[in-house]
Amino acid sequence: MNITDIIGTAIGTAIGNSLRSRLRTALTVIAVFIGAFTLTITSAIGTGISSYIDTQVAGFGAADVLSITITADDAAPTDDGPAPYDPDQAIAAGGFQGDGSEFATSVLTADDVDIIEGVEGILDVNPVLQVTPRYVEYDGNGKFELAVNASAALSTPDLAAGSPLQGAAESSGNQILLITSDLDSLGFETANAAVGETVMIGTADYLGEMHEVGATVAGVQNQSTLTGGGGALNQALTDELYEIQNTGKPGNTTEGAFLAMAHFDAASSEEEINTIQADLAAQGYTAVTVADQIGIIQTVISGIVGVLNAFAVIALIAAGFGIINTLLMSVQEWTREIGLMKAMGMGGGRIYTLFSIEAVFIGFLGSIIGALAAMGTGAIANNFLAGTVLADLEGLQVLRFAPLPMGAITLLVMLIAFLAGTLPARRASRQNPIDALRYE
Amino acid sequence: MDTSVLAVRNLSKSYGRGTARFDALKGVSLQIQAGESLAIVGKSGSGKSTLMHLLALLDTPDGGVLLVKGTDASELSVKQVSRLRNEDFGFVFQQFFLTPNATVLENVVLPLKIAGVGARERKARGMAVLEKLELADKAKNKAINLSGGQKQRVVIARALVNNPTVIFADEPTGNLDTVTGRLVEDILFSLNKEHGITLVIVTHDVELAARCDRRMFIRDGREVQSLQNSENSP
Repeated sequence: MNITDIIGTAIGTAIGNSLRSRLRTALTVIAVFIGAFTLTITSAIGTGISSYIDTQVAGFGAADVLSITITADDAAPTDDGPAPYDPDQAIAAGGFQGDGSEFATSVLTADDVDIIEGVEGILDVNPVLQVTPRYVEYDGNGKFELAVNASAALSTPDLAAGSPLQGAAESSGNQILLITSDLDSLGFETANAAVGETVMIGTADYLGEMHEVGATVAGVQNQSTLTGGGGALNQALTDELYEIQNTGKPGNTTEGAFLAMAHFDAASSEEEINTIQADLAAQGYTAVTVADQIGIIQTVISGIVGVLNAFAVIALIAAGFGIINTLLMSVQEWTREIGLMKAMGMGGGRIYTLFSIEAVFIGFLGSIIGALAAMGTGAIANNFLAGTVLADLEGLQVLRFAPLPMGAITLLVMLIAFLAGTLPARRASRQNPIDALRYE
Repeated sequence: MDTSVLAVRNLSKSYGRGTARFDALKGVSLQIQAGESLAIVGKSGSGKSTLMHLLALLDTPDGGVLLVKGTDASELSVKQVSRLRNEDFGFVFQQFFLTPNATVLENVVLPLKIAGVGARERKARGMAVLEKLELADKAKNKAINLSGGQKQRVVIARALVNNPTVIFADEPTGNLDTVTGRLVEDILFSLNKEHGITLVIVTHDVELAARCDRRMFIRDGREVQSLQNSENSP
């Protein structure tokens, strides 16, 4: 006699027991199934959305980048009257109408850039230049508006074809990354066909005169939610466009940008990053990392998924009472057999184990069937959603079934089942053999 | 020390409390020698079943001493008592207590399963004992489809499968007609004679009791008479 044999026998007996009253077991399994199904679906949605966000965040790429703005002044209380005028306040350069005063934040000037550069831990600072090209055209196929993602130069794009933009140092001429949705209108058959072609970008100078600049298509990006969906220009192209834009501009305006991107050592610990942020905050700048920005979104989404999961767990707890009920009936039905087994020398512990295994088996069946059904439903739902409602969100797989959370759910359901089986199992194990044998 | 398998002194047992209190046994003393057959005879409610339950360690007495092979049963652990019941005792009940939808073989090997014997050995020993009781051809039948006599033979096979030293039989022929009852009796007594298995039979059937080596009459929880059957004694 060995331990595996004893366990094997116990499991066999327990499974045999649960299959003996098939209808009752089936109904209980269905109750567990509903809970497990719901929990699997909600957790798959959680996994799907977080992993989508993760790829989008990876699109931002740079974990070593701080977005820096001047900290907004607290709005002056209205009963104090308007804030005093400061003639030194810079006015944003670029294609903004007016002098930038309608924005709550002040612009970053060259002085600010120097100050930021002086902060310990900052490697370099680039003001984000706002260029507003008017159109883009390929091969005389018509002019189309071009949206530009100003911060794209510092991110790793999610490419459908081609290669990312080259850095400023590599002097590769003017380069542009298009978006997959642009291709059709511009007259490209496929993403690969666009790579290496030259498109013309039209922009106006300060006096309104149009100029055209050629740019090579370096690659084509998938549409991305978080990066704003604009085309990306390399530093050389941005500089050229910026220069054209400011041609003829009066010389007495202060140049500045709303946003600056600063690099820090990628190997920095969280503590070091916090120190840099605190230093910048002390000087009147707000610095956030990509992780900070994404963190907020992720917190909200995990909150929602958490609530959904909680509902699923409530369903599982209800199913747990189903298990209790089923097993209590089973104990009742089995009174005589339990008594007999006890009379024949079966210990209370093993009878307890027997009923516990039966409970866990019901939980296991329910959770496995629930998980499989959820995966099937998920596959269908993913296909349907990707083709209709969520067609614009490329790369989003709403339901994602990762092995780890699925395994965790199965274990959780089995644990709930085990806990539910505790009460009936205890009752069974404490039965007095004589009372049980007298039971009619 | 005596050679008795089981010995009790001044055993008492009561159920309920207060005015509902019922004294099932009021001080019974008894010694059962290895290899003998004993009939405990009495009407229903006389306490004979209670006495058997106490002897078989299915229940604990309120007073008195119970010795199993010279050891005080109250000093045995739960595990030891379980093993004793599993390995040394066999049970034959009037109501059979077979699992109706399980096969004959599955029913018979239940004590082996409880003892943790491997599947192959279980089957071999189960078939061997069914062979002995001429039930081998019924091994795969469901217990529910057997006749009363066959059922009781299956129960005896189950009691025998672990080679017990004592078989406790509670009205073994109570649910059987005279002819099959006689057959079952023959099997029990041949086990007693040929294999030296101690037999403790609880019955109100005087004819069955008369076949035993010794008869103990019990009434209202007390022993009223004990008879040694001279013609049957070895």
